[in-house]
Amino acid sequence: MVQGQIHESPTAGDGAPRVEMRGISKRFPGVRALDDVSLTVHAGEVHMLVGQNGAGKSTLIKVLCGAVHPDSGEFRIDGRPVRIESTADARRLGVAVIFQEFSLVPHLDIAQNIFLGREFPGRVPGVIDRRRMHAEAGALLDALGMDLDTRLPAAELGVAQQQLVEIAKALSQNARILVMDEPTAALSEHEIDRLFERIRKLKRDGIAIIYISHRLREVFTIGDRITVLRDGRRAATLEPARTDMAALVRLMVGREVRTHRRRFRDSAGDVVLDVRNLEAENGVHGVGLHVRAGEIVGVAGLVGSGRTELARAVFGADRVLDGEVRLAGQRLRGGPAEAVARGMGLVPEDRKESGLAMTRSVGDNLLVAGLPRIFPNRWYRFGTAARIVAGLIARLQVATPSPRRLTKFLSGGNQQKVVVGKWLGAGVRFYVFDEPTRGIDVAAKAEMFGLMETLVDDGAAVLMISSELSEVVALCDRAYVMRDRTIVGELGRRDLTEENILKLAMHHE
Amino acid sequence: MSAAPPAGAALAGWPLRMPSIGYRLLGVAALCLALALATDAFLTLPNLLNVLRQASLTFLIASGLTLVIVTAGLDLSIGANLGLSACFAAAVIQASGSVLLGAAVGLVSGLVIGVANGVMVTWLKLPPFIATYGMLWMVYGVNYWYMAGTTIYDFPQGFRNLGSGDALGVPVPVYLTAAAMLVGGLFTRYTTWGHDIYAIGANREAARLSGIPVRSRLMLVYTLSGAMAGLSGIVYLARLNSAEAGMGDPLLLPAIAAVLIGGTSLFGGIGTLSGTFVGALILTLTLNGMNLLTIDTNWQPLVMGVIVLLAAWLDASTRRRAEARA
Repeated sequence: MVQGQIHESPTAGDGAPRVEMRGISKRFPGVRALDDVSLTVHAGEVHMLVGQNGAGKSTLIKVLCGAVHPDSGEFRIDGRPVRIESTADARRLGVAVIFQEFSLVPHLDIAQNIFLGREFPGRVPGVIDRRRMHAEAGALLDALGMDLDTRLPAAELGVAQQQLVEIAKALSQNARILVMDEPTAALSEHEIDRLFERIRKLKRDGIAIIYISHRLREVFTIGDRITVLRDGRRAATLEPARTDMAALVRLMVGREVRTHRRRFRDSAGDVVLDVRNLEAENGVHGVGLHVRAGEIVGVAGLVGSGRTELARAVFGADRVLDGEVRLAGQRLRGGPAEAVARGMGLVPEDRKESGLAMTRSVGDNLLVAGLPRIFPNRWYRFGTAARIVAGLIARLQVATPSPRRLTKFLSGGNQQKVVVGKWLGAGVRFYVFDEPTRGIDVAAKAEMFGLMETLVDDGAAVLMISSELSEVVALCDRAYVMRDRTIVGELGRRDLTEENILKLAMHHE
Repeated sequence: MSAAPPAGAALAGWPLRMPSIGYRLLGVAALCLALALATDAFLTLPNLLNVLRQASLTFLIASGLTLVIVTAGLDLSIGANLGLSACFAAAVIQASGSVLLGAAVGLVSGLVIGVANGVMVTWLKLPPFIATYGMLWMVYGVNYWYMAGTTIYDFPQGFRNLGSGDALGVPVPVYLTAAAMLVGGLFTRYTTWGHDIYAIGANREAARLSGIPVRSRLMLVYTLSGAMAGLSGIVYLARLNSAEAGMGDPLLLPAIAAVLIGGTSLFGGIGTLSGTFVGALILTLTLNGMNLLTIDTNWQPLVMGVIVLLAAWLDASTRRRAEARA
């Protein structure tokens, strides 16, 4: 590995930049994904790449890692012109990408994952030198400050640990340019701090890091420089010290977006959801909570505290062992089908896996939950269906060229609107939102909040699970805080601050 | 959206449910044209009706299977099921002399096997391949034990007409197929149950979390598949005028071929009954043409394999474009 000088400030570097992309353009049918974009990253620099969904971030990354061929443009690494024709080329040049969805093989252990496809030959041909593999894997993890048994299968690792294994894997391939795609998306606040420590260490080792983020706060925490992309073009490259969040958001959207401020009202209605002493197969236990009509109630807690499990148990997606869930006074015990029939909808955190059928049309997805209500006699009328779908698309402002468009072609924010839309179509009165803003851009987040607010203003009730404390504070009337798969406290409007949530969530740590 | 174009078609999901149907119809036309030019016997009414009869029989077996595959499932037991149902029906007709009773027993036996498959897939959570593959052997075993090497043959002419007779000049199985396509088409396209089945095939977990009772829908399609196998068994019995234990075995693979040639995706969520009928037609036309051209029958399996792969390749190469257009 080339050991660069230690750059505390990237601009102090005197050599050529580690990587330069110049004038990259890429056109897909109907879209100009990248238009003359240039990006320069120095050794030891953390270069933040921000922009809305569809701004061109992922295309730019795919170009750098050889997965997409640009129509024009050139690359230089350490000042030398290079060609990147394939992912193998990129890997050889030291480019490694840590995607949001990890690529670890679940039943292989850590060492096997790190050296997958590059196993050390043992003395007997065809046999792998396991001892050496585990030793080297252990050394890599040590260097990252992680104390883990390299014999653990990947399936048993938490998200943060999997991420570190991915980083170790990249380093073992002599990566000198590390691309991280929303590395903190699934991490708790505490895990994020540890990740940042590790990133700072990588910087000191002279690794050039390109860091994609939707979280503007961390842009300022960890970034040395920021490049903002908008509509496939570079809107600006700037230094954190010379800008602020509002300016960045302006650059990303091209217009001013107010940070969301909820209109709170004092009158809450009847209790819609009443959960008592809930115990579920997924580990949630001793949970009691209620939500009234007109309320947005938050559920906060660190990753692993059981937030998603709580949502699934309330909805009946995971088996309930004891206690009761009442919706509008009626006890639920029949799983999701009954919950939906009684008027509960779940917007799950992983919309690709459990929220939407990505290979079906927007229209089909919008109707899937509402069919029994819309067509009570089970007779599907295409005219009615098209009218309802058109209404939902207009009401939610889903950006789609046609209701027949496959859902997988929509941006994250628009996909999320479709998930919400299917519950609107089903006439749901109680919504569970699990991480409603995960992986969607700033403007779409604001729309999502506005939508939730409209829902409760109309008398619906919302239970919102979020790992973004600021969202919980900004949006919720009340919030429950979870730790160790149970609720450890409730915060009313007056006490609802990020600090108070964290105090409850971490307590003994 | 104000000037809503053909509103119905906007959601029917046609290009999505039914990939590359145009190419397939073109294939049918090309086959017909080539055979009409190459042989004298092809373009005769008896031959065309014979093709239609054979395609109809293949379709009847493959129809329930199509729905199962749309849910991303599989039913490998239909051939064995058909054999057992036909043998039961044959035995009852012989013993009681009642065709109606025999047909009822055949139908119920098919249906019961379908229910058993459904229970294994939904409640015991067995992968459909395993569940129905095991069922294939069990049904096969029961049938061999039951028939003990005997053949039951010679049925009343009225019953035989069900498989080999004509009505108004058209083979009776063609009416059955038309009825199955009509009812099945209405079911898949115009009922919410039909739409549920596609939703389950496209993403089972999302369908479950959208409130669709996945288990009962799956029970329904496996039961239908079993019942259609039972019905096909009765029609085959009528056509062959004899029943023996192994009669359904050679019918499974052509049925799967018809479904696949018809554009139904093994991954679920995509496929139609009319596609399967076109698949059965392509299959039958090819075999018929090879017979008319007096090509050695030993070549038939090879040609079938080529067609299945061609259809798969066609879908793979056109799907991306079809999707992007929607």
